Amino acid sequence: MSQATTPHGGAGDTVRIPIDPVTRIEGHLKVEVEVKDGVVVDARCYGGMFRGFEQILRGRDPRDSSQIVQRICGVCPTAHCTASVMAQDAAFGVKTPTNGRIVRNLIFGANYLQSHILHFYHLAALDYVKGPDVAPFVPRYTNADLITDRIKDKTKADSTNKYGLDQYLKALEVRRICHEMVAMFGGRMPHVQGMVGGGTTQIPTAERIADYAARFKEVLKFVTDEYLPLIYTLGSVYTDLFATGVGYKNVISFGVFPLDDDGKTSLHKPGVYIDGKDEPFDPKLIKEYVKYSFFDYSKPGGLHYSEGETNPNPDKAGAYSFVKAPRYKDKPCEAGPLARMWITNPAISPVGQKLLKELYGIEAKNFRDLGDKAFSIMGRHVARAEETYFVAQAIEKWLKEVKPEAETYAKPEIPDSAEGTGFTEAPRGSLLHYLKIKDKKIDNYQVVSATLWNCNPRDDMGQRGPVEQALIGVPVPDIKNPVNVGRLIRAFDP
Amino acid sequence: MSLSRREFVKLCSAGVAGLSISRMCHPGVLHAMTEGAKKAPVLWVQGQGCTGCSVSLLNSVHPRIKEILLDVISLEFHPTVMGSEGTLAVEHMYAVADKFKGNFFLLVEGAIPTAKEGRYCIVGETTDAKGHHKEITMMELVRELAPKALATVGIGTCSAYGGIPAARGNVTGATSLKDFFEHEKIKTLLVNVPGCPPHPDWMVGTLVAAWSHVLNPKEHPLPELDDSGRPMLFYGENIHENCPYVELYDKAQFAPTFTKPGCKAELGCKGPSTYADCFKRRWNNGINWCVENAVCIGCVEPDFPDGKSPFYVAE
Repeated sequence: MSQATTPHGGAGDTVRIPIDPVTRIEGHLKVEVEVKDGVVVDARCYGGMFRGFEQILRGRDPRDSSQIVQRICGVCPTAHCTASVMAQDAAFGVKTPTNGRIVRNLIFGANYLQSHILHFYHLAALDYVKGPDVAPFVPRYTNADLITDRIKDKTKADSTNKYGLDQYLKALEVRRICHEMVAMFGGRMPHVQGMVGGGTTQIPTAERIADYAARFKEVLKFVTDEYLPLIYTLGSVYTDLFATGVGYKNVISFGVFPLDDDGKTSLHKPGVYIDGKDEPFDPKLIKEYVKYSFFDYSKPGGLHYSEGETNPNPDKAGAYSFVKAPRYKDKPCEAGPLARMWITNPAISPVGQKLLKELYGIEAKNFRDLGDKAFSIMGRHVARAEETYFVAQAIEKWLKEVKPEAETYAKPEIPDSAEGTGFTEAPRGSLLHYLKIKDKKIDNYQVVSATLWNCNPRDDMGQRGPVEQALIGVPVPDIKNPVNVGRLIRAFDP
Repeated sequence: MSLSRREFVKLCSAGVAGLSISRMCHPGVLHAMTEGAKKAPVLWVQGQGCTGCSVSLLNSVHPRIKEILLDVISLEFHPTVMGSEGTLAVEHMYAVADKFKGNFFLLVEGAIPTAKEGRYCIVGETTDAKGHHKEITMMELVRELAPKALATVGIGTCSAYGGIPAARGNVTGATSLKDFFEHEKIKTLLVNVPGCPPHPDWMVGTLVAAWSHVLNPKEHPLPELDDSGRPMLFYGENIHENCPYVELYDKAQFAPTFTKPGCKAELGCKGPSTYADCFKRRWNNGINWCVENAVCIGCVEPDFPDGKSPFYVAE
């Protein structure tokens, strides 16, 4: 596919800017924006890879799915594993013992901490913090709008930047420690062995729980003393980014971290917020569209995931992405930390409450008190950091609830035929796995992941995907250095 | 490369008491670690993978990832880590490949899809003189970069053997580097570091050993590779034969379910057909490993996943 670009952009001209690859994300993504008079007026997200997990899973033992699907993403394998084992639980009709549920929460919770810290520091931060002048930190945009460009007082600029850069390096250690916490009960990371249909595979000993708790203490200290303060400091330097990248303001959450054995309550609540109204989440209202995706359906319109089809066709006319377009009630919905924090609306951390008042003059007790600021590039980073603290608080509770030497696994029987869906939330957003079993083998397996919710192309009705929509209005004052485009995309953690 | 001898010994030996270092590491390679501080230029490209190998590398403990990035290698291209993006990144990658022609490492994570002219994996795009944009497929990228590289390292089972993207049922024609090189008649030295993902030590250790060989080939012969292109240093021993539960196997004391004591052979453990040093190296700073936690699924082997599937019943 070739297209000419307008080489220079005078006033009133529309300039088309492709960014390919979009880096510091997991996977292959291209984004193309049209810029007029210094702001984005149109955008397209191109998902550049198809691996065919749906085809690969067909005909296998259903228990194998939790291992295979983890290889969808090396940053969030535990999320795919969680969705898969929940789908297995449902299809097998097995109830995980209480201790197994809590250990699963400890495994997945530790990876939440890992994923959010990795995302902010190692994927997003270089959009703001100036790294050392060596690879892989250079080359960088010549007009990169970094902290060192933003703060006029050079001494203050350098010290603020150093504060960020030191944390970047320290966070490498902290995220590794989070993986050690996952490995404590999960076996090894990336790609855990320890979660299976029916529970988890390793009985926690008192010693293991203590080892996990010791590491957790260190991570919590980093989150409270460094991650949260840095986010709010950054926000006070980039105040404009609290009003940039608004999007549809429609958000969805499937809920995550079950708090009882029947799955009736969870730490993050399931729910949707559409056109300014809260509504309960109803899985029946999900459909995936493929008019602009490189897939063919056997019939026109959108398909519910339980009748999902994955027939790739890279030659399809008019299509531009290997990502399908999931819709809820035919509406594009944003998923991720902002969505979850908006729907559950927990208390903001003490650090956050203090700094919001000091730096911004905002009295905020709960997340929704941020108001419209939440729907922005910086708002999404604040949501992620606050959620890291929120999940950490829950981990503290689970550490008190987990029982040494108590059973974590109930052996399931594989039924001849059954179906089940696992609904969870990957750190980056809503995730469901649908499993259909026939003759004890996988007959159909469908994954609707966070990237699909956020980074999808237009649907059959012509509506843009959430990231495409959020790009509209993003300032690009210098077309050679489209810094804010990458910032917006990475704030979603695609 | 400024990796201390002590660090490198740790990397290769997994720190197990009583284990002969000389058996694990060629003495010449150890010697090289005290020489020169040249950083190896590395281009790390990603095809059909999940970034799990990159994330695993971040978990490196001896040395820490910070040291690897700042002192050991010069990571000139890596889609998940580098500061640059788009044309800036792609042009830099090609410039480095030309500047260090014959003198850089090409590290490949992920399989190479060959169906539909490789369009199942677009990795970036270039601009021609007329300002036209052209998408680059993973196939084209490897075809262009591999012949210029000093050596190519297949990082992870996807690039080494095809892995999950090439499993039964795949429609994308996903293939390994070895098969791709044969088809394209690319002669560049190829070393495989499989694993889904590979242990960080296997990646760093192989790279350091290979770079030492480059700096001084007479002193430091290339680490011995097995028939599947893996360094024997890390993949020379059988999981089952070295398993702490092998005595239970010999006494036929099998675990009936995951959480009960006993050897897990009857639950599907693939240790008997898997060669890697996980049993002594363990994972995530020595916290755990698959066999202790559940079962080995044989992720380092050329027949993973189809030959190892189903994972949860006996062989």
